[in-house]
Amino acid sequence: MSIAEKFYTMEYGAAPEDPKEAVAWLERHHRRFEEFTGGAWVKPLSGEYQTASDPSTGEVIAEVAKGNRDDVEAAVEAARRAQPAWQALSGHERARYLYALARQVQKHARRLAVLETMNNGKPIRESRDIDIPLVARHFYHHAGWAQLLDREFPQYTACGVAGQVIPWNFPLLMFAWKVAPALAAGNTVVIKPARYTPLTALAFAELAMEVGLPPGVLNVLTCDAKTGEALIAHPGIDKVAFTGSTEVGRTIRKVTANSARKLSLELGGKSPFIVFDDADLDSAVEGVVDAIWFNQGQVCCAGSRLLVQERVAETFYAKLRARMETLRVGPPLDKSIDIGAIVSPVQLETIRRMVEDGVAEGARCWQPRNPLPAKGSFYPPTLLTDVHPAAKVVQEEIFGPVLVAMTFRTPAEAAELANNTIYGLAASIWSENINVALDLAAQVKAGVVWINSTNQFDAACGFGGYRESGYGREGGREGMLEYLTPKWLRSLPAAPERAVKIETPDEAEGFTSAGLPAHATIDRTVKQYIGGKQARPDSGYSFPVYSREGELLGEAPLGNRKDIRNAVEAARNATGWAKTAAHNRAQVIYYLAENMIQRSDEIAARLARAVGAAQAAVEVDLSIQRIFSYAAWADKYDGQVHNPPGRNIAIAMNEPVGAVGILAPSEAPLLGLLSLVLPAIAVGNTVVAVPSERYPLVIGDLYQLLDTSDMPGGVVNLVAGHPVELAKTLAEHDGIEAIWCFRSNEEANFVRAASTGNMKQVWTNDGHEYDWFNPAQAEGRWFLQHATQVKNIWAPYGE
Amino acid sequence: MALQPITSVNGAGNRGAHSVEPIPVVLHGRALEANRRIPLNLDWIDQVRVNTSAVERRTATHVARRTVKKDTQAAWLVRAIACMDLTTLSGDDSVERVKRLCAKARNPLEQHLVEGLGIEDLHLTVGAVCVYHAFVETAVKALEGSGIPVAAVSAGFPAGLNPLAERVAEIHRSVEAGAREIDIVITRAHVFGGEWQALYDEIAAFKDACGPNVHMKAILGTGDLMTLRNVARASWVAMMAGADFIKTSTGKESVNATLPVSLVMVRCIRDYAERTGMAVGFKPAGGIRTAKQALDWLSLMKDELGRPWLEPSLFRFGASGMLGDIERQLEHHLTGHYSATYRHPVA
Repeated sequence: MSIAEKFYTMEYGAAPEDPKEAVAWLERHHRRFEEFTGGAWVKPLSGEYQTASDPSTGEVIAEVAKGNRDDVEAAVEAARRAQPAWQALSGHERARYLYALARQVQKHARRLAVLETMNNGKPIRESRDIDIPLVARHFYHHAGWAQLLDREFPQYTACGVAGQVIPWNFPLLMFAWKVAPALAAGNTVVIKPARYTPLTALAFAELAMEVGLPPGVLNVLTCDAKTGEALIAHPGIDKVAFTGSTEVGRTIRKVTANSARKLSLELGGKSPFIVFDDADLDSAVEGVVDAIWFNQGQVCCAGSRLLVQERVAETFYAKLRARMETLRVGPPLDKSIDIGAIVSPVQLETIRRMVEDGVAEGARCWQPRNPLPAKGSFYPPTLLTDVHPAAKVVQEEIFGPVLVAMTFRTPAEAAELANNTIYGLAASIWSENINVALDLAAQVKAGVVWINSTNQFDAACGFGGYRESGYGREGGREGMLEYLTPKWLRSLPAAPERAVKIETPDEAEGFTSAGLPAHATIDRTVKQYIGGKQARPDSGYSFPVYSREGELLGEAPLGNRKDIRNAVEAARNATGWAKTAAHNRAQVIYYLAENMIQRSDEIAARLARAVGAAQAAVEVDLSIQRIFSYAAWADKYDGQVHNPPGRNIAIAMNEPVGAVGILAPSEAPLLGLLSLVLPAIAVGNTVVAVPSERYPLVIGDLYQLLDTSDMPGGVVNLVAGHPVELAKTLAEHDGIEAIWCFRSNEEANFVRAASTGNMKQVWTNDGHEYDWFNPAQAEGRWFLQHATQVKNIWAPYGE
Repeated sequence: MALQPITSVNGAGNRGAHSVEPIPVVLHGRALEANRRIPLNLDWIDQVRVNTSAVERRTATHVARRTVKKDTQAAWLVRAIACMDLTTLSGDDSVERVKRLCAKARNPLEQHLVEGLGIEDLHLTVGAVCVYHAFVETAVKALEGSGIPVAAVSAGFPAGLNPLAERVAEIHRSVEAGAREIDIVITRAHVFGGEWQALYDEIAAFKDACGPNVHMKAILGTGDLMTLRNVARASWVAMMAGADFIKTSTGKESVNATLPVSLVMVRCIRDYAERTGMAVGFKPAGGIRTAKQALDWLSLMKDELGRPWLEPSLFRFGASGMLGDIERQLEHHLTGHYSATYRHPVA
């Protein structure tokens, strides 16, 4: 076409990025890559290789090692060997390595961007302007944390060796999110890149060699999913970090259930994109483009569920369709392409099938007439309307350029629809009214909320989900904590291996609670405490509680699954507690202490029969102090305000996790129970707590205190019974958002395995017996951290 | 009487040589008419919502999303010339300078560039020559036979603070002197005060003074208006009052044409067209100096409004220095080496 003709048509034409440097790099490696183990390229012990392709053409561009269990062994061994020396370096020395890595990424930014696009299919505009700059930013930020580690985290130490598994949607960025904090904290790493997209991780490994990163500190293990599972299950791994699908996340939970290793999961999402009638609609349309047509929609936090206020819905859809017509789908190395290739033919087929199913379920499908390339894995931007929350396309993550759209009338309905999902990763809220936007931001269950913006990331702002979108955060202070563990934890004595069996009535022999043994010193009836009321156990049974000397102390109600069900329902109905002003929560908790002081002698006297007079006195005294501590904390465990780039503030709020199940330790029946219940309620959670079998009668003392302290019903629910049995119901209950088990390893493993259903957060004593009598270890931030999850609300500003 | 849909060849300032065939003025498949005055609708002004940060993000990423290379880039740069109001608005303007400018307007590219690009048949000229009233006659004479219209800045340019009658009279004088396009400035105080009726009346009076055959561009003085919401509101009033074009700036404000301001105005033009079926043109002016910037604006127009808004009947750059940079880029395109400014005839 002549220039004169082009002058007439004014089409964009081709604008290809030259891939020759990236191709030259591939050629230098003869398009074949070994495992990166112990600081060197090592032939896979498996002797096998797998291919890496360019999804925009389907062509194989390299072969990479396909490690097996022996390679896992070698990599973990290399990381373990390197770890002590790496941790022994000063923070400053580690900071210099991380800084050097950041510099090296910047120096080779374009090669990495081109390579990323060649292997993943994302537009070069994105890899060049978003992925790679964020990679460098992440290493800079974490060079800073390495430098400040001793000052900012004085009570913490590295976990050890981190085993990390990352997805194919942001290959190098996810690599950076995993590796940078791990190394900054003094861990060494074995990381498994995704099957489809290993190349930039390998290019990074080479950069690490160039800056002289000590051998074994970073090991890149390319392998298939099965071998990846062997990596995270390896006993030499102290910390597992995973980003990927919720399904694989669940598998990882199961695989790691029998160990106390630390776990962080960043999983799927079906994030709402909420547009109010007072939004800047044109800007919101661009927001949608950045939300669901960024990276072909293969983004865990993609705004894939559009919720538009009814009054402007048709206008908005029309604007959206017009905008979709101008999206350019095509070869991702072209600099004027908006939507590149889907990562693999398999993923493409999944997207196709889900859209077809959606249409079969009644959705109206709209796609622009933009041309698609003849070969390679491409899918057009797609809008599905006439969908309802029950439809699969609304519930399930499609992980493609497909937007589903629904309408709402009121902010309350918007919140209801937004939260009507098993996920909770992100949300985007568009309104020119700050009141409306912030009100909804507070209500949405999501780890990241973007007001009048979407898909913004910064290393200083934690990223991670609520609910089945995972737990743990990446980025910022909270992200560092995922790779650190309290120094004192490892010096604690070991927790018992096995759960204690308690004597329970034998139904067959007709043992009932009606008749008391003649010699009993029972002077009162202890019941369950559910929803602010004393409740008889559903079973109608009680069980005897004995002292260590064998003396019958009394009878406790024998809780069963229905008591737990009722208690969870009460806890869920008491969520108003989270909205109660922190000052008012503090007042109630102080009042609890006041009442305990009044009754301290009688409580101690009763407790003394179970634990002895000396311990009882200390437990009561420390309990009063602990109550004071958490009353104090209630209005002080504040969030942060981050300053991400641009005119932006990101408000990091510490929000309660929700309904927390607590399995109390037996070492200190009163103090241990309170040490877990108090931090939970101080920050606004509600709890269902199971006292230890050693002295479940403590319930009786506690509910008298709670009843007289203005504690709203349902905030604290106490159910006595066989802890192992009640743990099962609690762990499996989808209405429980977190479960804390501070008992035997057997019970901890059991709880971890049983709680994968709704992916609830699990916190255990990590195989140690806590020292509840040492305030330095048994109260404070370590506990509050587990009682909260961080929600980052991004609020750009400017007129 | 309904007007016929306008096309690129019957709009003012178009010589019909640039296009093989007329580009129909359509938006989302709907044929549009030329703009004409409609009653002031205050609801549309109330409904203005502009999120500044989001607009800035859109423009920042837009320029990274679109690029043109090689022959396409050359063609687009030629397009920028065709859409250029070659302008001189200095206190020391002289008859000689205006004549020089007009000579450049007739032949914006040296012959070897025209031949090298193979665009002889386009008979390329700039879109218009833009001067103060004092030089309208000079320019009209210098451009005689070229078909290039003369645009006059008017209505108390640049501050717009003269008495209304004088501003209207000034328009009459320029039209009588042969100006076929009038770039008026608005009273910014009307925007700050929310005096939409006054603003509407003023712009309507200016349009009446222009008459039916003279194209009026309403300069909003976006640098003075300060906020994007003010820019959007003023855009709506100007369009309803019958402006043929809305234009960003005088070139005399501390901040002139920016992409965020342009995006907001262009979105207003789009909404207005959707609501009324009428097309309004856009002219960013001031501060656009490089070929790269020209391409950014062209792709913005193409993506936000579509191909019809790449015709001089609906899109103009107000620029003086940009042409020189485009010439150097085109020279580079043909020769592969970088040219120096002094090697190209000044305007």
